[in-house]
Amino acid sequence: MADAKPVSVWLRLRRNPRVLFGGAVCLLLVLTALLAPWLAPQDPGQQELMASFEKPLLFGYAASDSALPNYWLGSDNLGRDVLSRLIHGARIAMLVAVISATLAALLGTLLGALAGFYGGRIDSLISRMVDVWMSFPPVLLSIVLVSVLGTGLWSVIAAIVIVDWTRFCRVVRAETQAQAALDYVVSARMLGMRSWQIVWHEIRPNVMPLLITLFTLEMGVAIVVEAILSFVGLSLSSGAATWGGMVGEGRLYVNQAPWLMVFPMLLMMLAVLGLNALGDGLRREFDPVMTR
Amino acid sequence: MNPLVYLKRVLIAIPTLLGVGLVVFVLMRVVPGDPIAMMIAPGASPQDIQNMRALYGLDKSIAQQFVIWLGEVLQGRFGTSITFRQDVLTLIGERLPATLELGGVAMLLAVLLGGAAGLWSAARDGGWVSNLIDALVAVIQSIPDFLWGLMLMLLFGVLLPWLPISGRLDPGLSQQAGTGFLLIDSLIHARTELVKSLLLYMLAPALSLALPVAAMLARLLKASMQEAMSSDYVMLARLKGMSTRHVLLVEALPNAVTPTLSLSAVQFAFILGGTVLIERLFSYPGIGSLAIDAVIGRDLPLIQAIVLTFALLFIAINIAVDVLVVFLNPRLRASQTA
Repeated sequence: MADAKPVSVWLRLRRNPRVLFGGAVCLLLVLTALLAPWLAPQDPGQQELMASFEKPLLFGYAASDSALPNYWLGSDNLGRDVLSRLIHGARIAMLVAVISATLAALLGTLLGALAGFYGGRIDSLISRMVDVWMSFPPVLLSIVLVSVLGTGLWSVIAAIVIVDWTRFCRVVRAETQAQAALDYVVSARMLGMRSWQIVWHEIRPNVMPLLITLFTLEMGVAIVVEAILSFVGLSLSSGAATWGGMVGEGRLYVNQAPWLMVFPMLLMMLAVLGLNALGDGLRREFDPVMTR
Repeated sequence: MNPLVYLKRVLIAIPTLLGVGLVVFVLMRVVPGDPIAMMIAPGASPQDIQNMRALYGLDKSIAQQFVIWLGEVLQGRFGTSITFRQDVLTLIGERLPATLELGGVAMLLAVLLGGAAGLWSAARDGGWVSNLIDALVAVIQSIPDFLWGLMLMLLFGVLLPWLPISGRLDPGLSQQAGTGFLLIDSLIHARTELVKSLLLYMLAPALSLALPVAAMLARLLKASMQEAMSSDYVMLARLKGMSTRHVLLVEALPNAVTPTLSLSAVQFAFILGGTVLIERLFSYPGIGSLAIDAVIGRDLPLIQAIVLTFALLFIAINIAVDVLVVFLNPRLRASQTA
């Protein structure tokens, strides 16, 4: 397994272009989120009604008035700096991504391991729940949930966890079931190991590579779901700088000021592509079947 | 084929539907907001509010409400929409055809694009064309429909204004009130300008829904084709001197296509689920955008009915997939009759 030769694993990961790209994107997002107040040139909520719809300087447009601050990525309908809002939006995106992916992974793994290891009634109960969940369009379910829980960061996180735990549950259940039937688990049982010991010491290391991949994918999903909820107008208060909220507001002025949608969209794409590449790269490195 | 197997499959779907109904029902009843408060005129007396509550059955306990609601639903009565003040089923009936047409066109696009990409990549396996397609497919698959929608809107709606990005049909064109399946209606009546306008309005939203699915199908089709191409019967066909095209399309494809077909059927549910958001983005008047309006307006009867409609569609698709898989695979057919 991976733990056996840590040095060679590091070397291998560093040579994998997917892992490198994905890792770089993640690092960039995390640093931006952590350092947002120092990186952002302006206050993201600062309105400058005299400077609404300033075109992005980055594209070579000149400012309409030389006395204005530099709007590198343009300004929105209220004259707020798009760049600063994007930088602060990274905070919310990363917060939602990390927390909701962690909680969804914990909940889904717990239920999936229970179902896969014990089988029987527990399994059919959990599987039936997954069936019910899979019969909802995920976007609709998360919108309904946020409307029930009320808008706000924690509602959004709760909605993502409640909708997406099934992703982890299904995979972990199938994998645990497969592992539990293998000889080594049978031997562990015969050696008198307790169930939780078997799950933790024997099955967990084998499910881990899959979980890491799912986790990075889920982070991407969470970023997009948060954006979708903001877009629909259900995430945070409209004043908060979120990527989805920026897209939603930009949709109203799409013909007049397309940059309002372009930049948050590009950032979300970068984030999703990076997280997917990282997950894919890690899976290829860790999965014993694929590396062979 | 053993019909009992399918009967069992349908019976299993019933508790799932009940579960869906229960989850939505309970969720919507614990909403802090009061739907009645949003619809009464200012200055209404407490008696008026009480009457209104009784009218919509909101004065009873949640358990009672669920039993009453279930009884009504089983008789096909889904209630009156609170925001539209119309029968819920009529509303859904008006909007559902638009969504099914959008989903159908998206599915068709996904199968065509995914099939072409998968086949092309399999035909040039190992070459740079194949590597390029595979790389593109990987990127396309990882971008979700919402982001595709934004990108297509900006690219072909704003930067190059080729496509309309809002609505279902050119407002100047007359539409006869028919079944609601405007595309099918106008195809039957050969109204070309109407068909053209409908398809043009549908292209960007349908493509947003289709692209990630197409990529998934392309990947699977390529993998199955590679497996088929390394099999004995393909080797034999090659040794007999058949052309590559013949080997690919006539020998390998029919054997390799089954998993891709069943995945496409499964993905149809995914596409329909995606319409919720994509319709909102492109202001397309289907059941998906209706769903978001219903949630924002706290329209309980409408939300329940829409969610049940989606659940019913999803479950029906899944049953259809099971039938399709058995139908396409002779080995499964034999094992089930035995």
